[in-house]
Amino acid sequence: MPGSPTMRDAARRLPGDAGLWLFIAADTAAFGVFFLIFTAGRAEQPALYRESAQLLNAELGLLNTLLLLTSGWLMALAVKAARERDRPLLVRRLKQAILVASGFAASKAWEYTAKMEAGITLLTNEFFAYYYIFTGIHFLHYLVGVAVLLLTLSKARQQPLDAGLQSWTESAASYWHMVDLLWILLFPVVYLQR
Amino acid sequence: MKNADAKQQPPRRTGPAITAVTTVWLVLMVATGLTAWLIEGRPLSPAVSTTGAMLIACFKARLVAMHFMELHDAPPPWRWLFEAWILGCTAFVLAGWWLA
Repeated sequence: MPGSPTMRDAARRLPGDAGLWLFIAADTAAFGVFFLIFTAGRAEQPALYRESAQLLNAELGLLNTLLLLTSGWLMALAVKAARERDRPLLVRRLKQAILVASGFAASKAWEYTAKMEAGITLLTNEFFAYYYIFTGIHFLHYLVGVAVLLLTLSKARQQPLDAGLQSWTESAASYWHMVDLLWILLFPVVYLQR
Repeated sequence: MKNADAKQQPPRRTGPAITAVTTVWLVLMVATGLTAWLIEGRPLSPAVSTTGAMLIACFKARLVAMHFMELHDAPPPWRWLFEAWILGCTAFVLAGWWLA
């Protein structure tokens, strides 16, 4: 019976490549371990973590959140365009998603440079070691994500918009949303615990 | 590219002009604005601002997972996995903060 629970269950699927979702699950689990390590460290030295966190630029972190959320939204619209077989709209949404995402790189470069110039490095204390390691690993994920978006844009320009490209776009979007998801939790954990 | 274009079907619309993901994005923007207000609000205690920021982040992460990553349409075990991860991380971080 159409629309019945059984039919809906049968239609349930993960967007994009199933193998990629195993990677996404493993990667999010790894960040879960990062949060555990950070929280355990903070429990031992709450004053150090609190004072160190106040040296971070929370406004810049909020800006980064807005940029990633907006880029993720544009990527979700790109997936919709791919499903509708609207190639010009897909190309436009991908360009917009990449353009907005580029603001994150500029912001992180500014942030890291300012910290280095203030003499705050990986060796300053335990908090800043975790700050550089965890935000740095996230930034590497971001760079991979931007490369995947650029590759998707290239494919969208050159290849027919068929089921294969739709699946590729869904996979690229799923990875990109993971980068967004990780930042949403990483930001308050590192920057906002007072 | 012309050959590729020639093979394309005309665009077929799959939803309204204001899509569900756009509504979700607007909610995410408002929630981020609320976080900004929480952390800048001088009268608020650290307990309120920290707990509020983590709970808002949990809410936002769930919206991204369910609507942008489309886990609301995924097989239930995948959905439960990410729901558990988001709630588990939030609970652990908040427990750590309150116990410290």
